[in-house]
Amino acid sequence: MKTAEVRLRKKTTFIRNIIIQAFLIVVAIVQIYPLIWLAFFSLKDNSEIFSGDVLGLPDKFLWSNYSKALSDGNVLTYFFNSVLVTSISILLVLILSSMTGYAITRMNWKLSSVTMTTILLGMMVPIQATLLPLFMVLKNLHLLNTYWSLIIPYVAFGIPMAVFILGSFYKGIPREMEESAVMDGCGIYRTFFSIILPLVRPAIATVAIFTFLSCWNELMFAVTFINKESYQTLTVGMMSMVGTYITQWGIIGAGLMITTLPTVIIYLVLNRQVQQSMIAGAVKG
Amino acid sequence: MNSVFSNKKAIMIFVLPTLLLFCTIVLIPIVVSAYYSLLDWNGISKGTFIGLDNFTQMFQDPRALKSIYNSLLFAAASIFIQLPISLLLALILASSVKGEGFYRTVYFLPVLISTVVVAQLWSKIYNADYGLLNTMLENIGLSSLAQDWLGQKDTALAASFIPTLWQYMGYHMLLMYAGAKSISQDIFEAAKMDGASRMRTAFAITIPLMKPILKVCLVFSVIGAFKVFDLIYVLTGGGPLFSTEVPSTLMYTTIFGTYQYGYGSAISVFIILECLIVTVLINKFFKIE
Repeated sequence: MKTAEVRLRKKTTFIRNIIIQAFLIVVAIVQIYPLIWLAFFSLKDNSEIFSGDVLGLPDKFLWSNYSKALSDGNVLTYFFNSVLVTSISILLVLILSSMTGYAITRMNWKLSSVTMTTILLGMMVPIQATLLPLFMVLKNLHLLNTYWSLIIPYVAFGIPMAVFILGSFYKGIPREMEESAVMDGCGIYRTFFSIILPLVRPAIATVAIFTFLSCWNELMFAVTFINKESYQTLTVGMMSMVGTYITQWGIIGAGLMITTLPTVIIYLVLNRQVQQSMIAGAVKG
Repeated sequence: MNSVFSNKKAIMIFVLPTLLLFCTIVLIPIVVSAYYSLLDWNGISKGTFIGLDNFTQMFQDPRALKSIYNSLLFAAASIFIQLPISLLLALILASSVKGEGFYRTVYFLPVLISTVVVAQLWSKIYNADYGLLNTMLENIGLSSLAQDWLGQKDTALAASFIPTLWQYMGYHMLLMYAGAKSISQDIFEAAKMDGASRMRTAFAITIPLMKPILKVCLVFSVIGAFKVFDLIYVLTGGGPLFSTEVPSTLMYTTIFGTYQYGYGSAISVFIILECLIVTVLINKFFKIE
């Protein structure tokens, strides 16, 4: 009696596990297949895309789509621009927010909490609301169609989240660390740069990843502030490329893949860190 | 000691550049936007002050009303379709199934991809003649259902919601998963001892304890729906016949397409207010409960 019951329970658990796994696999296919399909058609030519096996592997792998996208489609320029704008933005966000976050959370001054609240307010601001005023300012300063027209807003909008994440890390550092540094004769700068900064390396990585994703993928500012092709980033470049190569899906696919691959590679390498940085960005309470 | 940590000069050096940049680029423009929204202005000539006329115009403009209606539908679809699916997946993954890490990685992948790419990809999937969706329908003998998904008024809005669902499902799943995982295991063990079923445990223990993260997801998905731009801009541009128009695409075309700077700013102010009100309401709602 007992053993039969146990056996039955084992059996239902087994069946339940199979159903759950089947469900999870179906969802996984739905999530990943469109991307695989994109990779496939980036290697096909028109005739195969339109009349061949739409769903499956390409007959011949047309790597020339990639070289065509890179040379004719200007993707190389867009790629360079994206790398440049994104990396300078990350660097500036890190420098500014690590110092500000430190001064707000660890130093004693009257307006520190007001400053924090003001900066955190920025997390709620939809970027749409600033588009036109920024456009006017950048136009008057003759900064439209320069890298700065993207870097400056990207840095400013990256700061709130960065200060928030770094601030919560600083708060976790024991006071004694700073006290002993000062006892040993460190000034405030030395304490910050050589004692504190190395301690918050995980937070710095988190902020860097977060800033990378938002700058690399940004479209609205990029499409508004830049219309010269030589300064366009990948997201905008992709839009104009689709217009130019409207009938050549293979080349468009290659361009889309080139836009996507860096992110995917970073994700696969830093999987855990990326997921944590996205969680850290959300749980601001 | 104190003198080191209240070094005024150091505080200035650490804070001032950030604060200046932040105020000039983020805060002041909002005030400026609010000011622009009170003008009749085409960007070239001098604007004239017209008070709240732009807002009155907005609530009488069928296109604007349609765009607000569409973004509300987007929000509703996010709340009632996307979040439940994400919650289900999060609960399953958090209950330590085989391949937990693998599934989490795969589900989350689309979150990281540029919306421009997502939109281009899905416009190919929806392509009426050679797209993935119609081909699949034909392969399983449902070719009668095949149609121009984005090109028709009736299907375009639903078709533009699916890519958002696809892209951000993993994000909410991850947040909820993190929330579920942070619940102490002791509670689950106690529930098991008391003989509670899995279902019961989920509804009576896990979900109530996940309330803080569920609130975050709710706020994010509603605000995300109000702000949606990239996807619609690339996928349909608001068409056909405004059937997928949302406030941000309308704002964009109003400002940079027809040069109605004042009216466009009014729409952008409306978007801020919309987001603000919803955040406050959701916070209130969760406090009452």
